[in-house]
Amino acid sequence: MLVRFIDALDPRQPRSRLRVALPYGVHRLLHDPGALLGLVLVSMVLLTALFADQLAPYGPTEGSLLDAKRPEAWQEQGLPGHVLGTDQLGQDILSRVIYGARVSLAVGFFGVLLASAIGVTLGMSAGYLGGRVDEAITAVVNLLLSFPYLVLVIIVATVFGRNLLNVIIIFGVTDAPVFARLVRGEVLRLRNVDFVVAAVGLGVPTWRILLRHLLPNLVGPLVTLMTFEMSAMIFYEAGLSFLGLSVPPEVPSWGNMLALGRKFLYIFPWMSIYPGLAISLTAFGVNLLGDWLRDVLDPRLRRAD
Amino acid sequence: MRLTGDPVGLMVARNATPEQREAFRVAHGFDRPLAEQFLGYLGNALGGDLGKSLRLHLPNTELIMQRLPATMELALAALALSLLIAVPLGIVSGVFPGSPLDLLARLIGLAGQTIPSFWLAMILILVFAVNLRLFPTFGRDSPQHLVLPAVALSVAGMGQMVRLLRSAVLEVCRENYIRTARAKGLSEVVITLRHVTPNALIPLVSVVGVNFTYMLGGSVYIETIFAWPGLGTLLNDAINDSDFPLVQAITIFIAAFAIGLNLLTDIAYDLIDPRARQR
Repeated sequence: MLVRFIDALDPRQPRSRLRVALPYGVHRLLHDPGALLGLVLVSMVLLTALFADQLAPYGPTEGSLLDAKRPEAWQEQGLPGHVLGTDQLGQDILSRVIYGARVSLAVGFFGVLLASAIGVTLGMSAGYLGGRVDEAITAVVNLLLSFPYLVLVIIVATVFGRNLLNVIIIFGVTDAPVFARLVRGEVLRLRNVDFVVAAVGLGVPTWRILLRHLLPNLVGPLVTLMTFEMSAMIFYEAGLSFLGLSVPPEVPSWGNMLALGRKFLYIFPWMSIYPGLAISLTAFGVNLLGDWLRDVLDPRLRRAD
Repeated sequence: MRLTGDPVGLMVARNATPEQREAFRVAHGFDRPLAEQFLGYLGNALGGDLGKSLRLHLPNTELIMQRLPATMELALAALALSLLIAVPLGIVSGVFPGSPLDLLARLIGLAGQTIPSFWLAMILILVFAVNLRLFPTFGRDSPQHLVLPAVALSVAGMGQMVRLLRSAVLEVCRENYIRTARAKGLSEVVITLRHVTPNALIPLVSVVGVNFTYMLGGSVYIETIFAWPGLGTLLNDAINDSDFPLVQAITIFIAAFAIGLNLLTDIAYDLIDPRARQR
């Protein structure tokens, strides 16, 4: 009974927040062309990844050497069946770009999910328990954050083998400190807010305070950080592929296509142009969507313009 | 760096006898317990000895010092370029939000977040080297060789700086002391130069330090694409050759460099902003 009462005191419970955020979000979506564009782009990439089998005119590794090294269909030597041209093995560039969306989105989505799971656990423990736990976690987090991120990823990637699961784990673990730092700060701030102090005073168990009172209040900043980190991960995955440290070379990821395209840059430039364009458009969409989510979910961080 | 693969397999001839393989292991200390190898390495590293490259048979520190000037040249050029464009553009866009220059600033800010530097490098090569024939594409022989790599490397940091400066200026403009300055009758030019700019530049200090270390990381791609003879190409070659001691040495070096730079940034911050000292 009392616990229910305390829950009701919390002004930022998910249900009441959603009631405010949802209409505002729709309003912004309709009045902010950037937000709409972001949503459209991200949905397009998502649908492309989900329905790659239906959308792609060819399989990702299907190709005939007879059709190899052709430019885009509108160029003089292009083939009508290969809209964006073919690579040195005759594989269709458009199909490979379509299948590549799967790798990038899988790494971005699951990597961020893992990073936030680890980061939230560490950040909440550090912020709420304080003392030695906080000192230990903060020390590790600061150590990892002071490394240039790319170098950290390269070290881990040279140590582990090349496959999709490893890449996701690498990004999930190395990106966790960013989430831990954000969550710790938020928890430190929330710990002294009245509804939490009241809950502690009434003997609400710690796990319930963490899950019921603190976690819902972290959703806004967390979701915002997740979108930005997701676009960063898509970038870094492409970068790792480029160095030959991500998924195996035969997997059609955008980074792998760029790494291969670089070798043929002077003779078959179309091999490099389109995968890079796909990365940029995806990052562009995710960033616009992130701006929109930040405006909707976290009024304190609203853009200055 | 001793978790995966066995460098012995890569280094000795394919028809080597087990005895020869064992001799190689003993010569390089691979036969000793991992803890002993690690502690020995740690002790040497503190004394400035980062081991020896497996492929190039030279001390890693010597290899790093050989390549360092080229990387510094590239990173400093990229940093200078991004500051040169980001500082005026960020301030103007914050002072005149909605102006054409503001639009340009926001585009650069977005470009930094959405265009991967290694793809930009390839596009720059296609446009300015292959099609327009304005700049050379690889090597480090003349100042012209610096242009394309520096531009490619600078864009990410430039975007971040423009975004940061723009919001800092917008924030400073709302402060009471700006209103006071205006009430005193100071001209807008004086207010912008004397009051807005110095205060808005303070947060830039920490970003410059972070950006410089990120440029060292980003140089791995850019140097490889432009065959720039720096640390980045050395690291990329070491990765491809499974030259673990060298990979390890370079990453330790960059990490130490980054930590030193972070410290300097913190000190600079305290010197510049008296408010930071009081906390």
